[in-house]
Amino acid sequence: MSAEPKTGAPLAVLLPFKVETTRLSAPRLAPVHAALFGAGLALLAGTAWAQSGAAQLSPLEVIVKWAPLLLSGFVFNILISMVAMALGTAAGLGLGLAMLAQNPLLARVAWALTQFFRNAPWLVLLFFVMFLVPFQVTIFGVRIPLPDWAKATVGFSLPVMANVAEIVRGAVRSVPSTQWEAAESLAFTPRQIMWRIILPQCVKRMLPPWMNLYALVAMATVQASIVGVSEMLTLTAQVHTAEGGRPELFAPLYGFALLCFFLYCYPIDRFTARLERRFQIR
Amino acid sequence: MDVIPAWFQNLYETTGLNFTVFYDAYDWNRYANGLKTTLLLVVVTIVLSLVIGAVGALLQSAPSRVVRGAINAFVVVFRNTPPLVQLFFFYFGVGAVLPAGQDQFGLRQPIIDNLQWAIIALSLFAGAFNVEIFRSGIEAVPKTTVEAAEALGYTRIRAYLFIILPLALRVCLPALNNNLVNLLKTTTLAYAIAVPETLYAVKQIWSESQNVLEMMLVLFATYGVLVGVLVWIMHRWEKALRIPGYGR
Repeated sequence: MSAEPKTGAPLAVLLPFKVETTRLSAPRLAPVHAALFGAGLALLAGTAWAQSGAAQLSPLEVIVKWAPLLLSGFVFNILISMVAMALGTAAGLGLGLAMLAQNPLLARVAWALTQFFRNAPWLVLLFFVMFLVPFQVTIFGVRIPLPDWAKATVGFSLPVMANVAEIVRGAVRSVPSTQWEAAESLAFTPRQIMWRIILPQCVKRMLPPWMNLYALVAMATVQASIVGVSEMLTLTAQVHTAEGGRPELFAPLYGFALLCFFLYCYPIDRFTARLERRFQIR
Repeated sequence: MDVIPAWFQNLYETTGLNFTVFYDAYDWNRYANGLKTTLLLVVVTIVLSLVIGAVGALLQSAPSRVVRGAINAFVVVFRNTPPLVQLFFFYFGVGAVLPAGQDQFGLRQPIIDNLQWAIIALSLFAGAFNVEIFRSGIEAVPKTTVEAAEALGYTRIRAYLFIILPLALRVCLPALNNNLVNLLKTTTLAYAIAVPETLYAVKQIWSESQNVLEMMLVLFATYGVLVGVLVWIMHRWEKALRIPGYGR
């Protein structure tokens, strides 16, 4: 008894052994990061201005001055992306179902089309449509002009179609085969099984990858500037020229474009991640 | 040796399909140089983006909050903005602010040329995706494996390099495969800052020879082959790295 240490603390070896585990979970992001990003850009704009003479407009003033025009260009980008997405989804649904068709020839052709449009670079597909589709078509003597933005929209909807086809195929394949069998035993026709039983179950599985794809399309629309459609990036370059082509204006102007797309795509990304977690198939 | 050029020359004379690249040495050279630039871009950006992904995923579990926040901000920003605008931002925006030298004619000679900017911008873009991919792989490594490594006296870095990363790599190879194919396709964006890659070279050829359709076919075939080769390599790698006892 008397040998016991007076401090009252147990022997060191008797202490619970503590292992420092490696931290592997990443912290979630908050809107504050977006605000910091914006603040950083503003700072960048400010420092760039500090280097130049004060006689000209500061980069921030330039952006404020031209913001309505640039934002209208951005709205045009969004419009192109939405129309491309609508066209691509409709076509992709058909292509995806064709890939699952009983007819082997139809399935092979649909598969080949999907692979072709999935593996070609978006920009190359855009060039393909811009250069090889005429600027107007004549149907029954009616001349229908095809403006460049309409052709660009079609150009974007081609890769969308192929990607949606893959999403549809994957989702249909993920439905348990018992569902097909149960529907068959209830005497549904194949068409009814697809439209009334399988596809409704697929919708929630398709939603997250579909939204991911939409964010990609929205970001891809700026490529239309390369082929001369006057969307945001084209307007940005024109604004830069109009402001005298000062080199220190490049970073703030393109930074503004980055910010617009970030503010548009980031919420989609977050929402997609949330849906993905909710619909996770375990 | 002259069979192929002669055949394509004949094809042009009989059908009007003008594949200049296959019989005109000058056009062939331009196309081959474009292909070389594309290959250089693809290989260098793949390697760099993998390094960025691995380092970023390691830093995501760093003890410092600031480092973790910075990596997350990097990933979020680069994932949610268009790669083309990133490219312009770097090439025009940052490139214009950086100091530049002069060549013997007194022209502005930037310290980082357009090819290098394309490599930097594309690597960062693909690297941001790779960070997320590696993170998902790391999360799939069983906690017990990490603890076992620690019990064996591995330091954090060594456990990451020798235990966690090799296991995570195997888990995330399919996703990585997808992203690298995407990166290959994104290299065409370097066209926009006049990097003489395949699309750029082909565009030059078709604007001179007026053979858009034929060159477009060549372009599609080129990228089809490139993607095919990359996918084949990745599948071979996936097979070689397979963990026995997992999956089918």
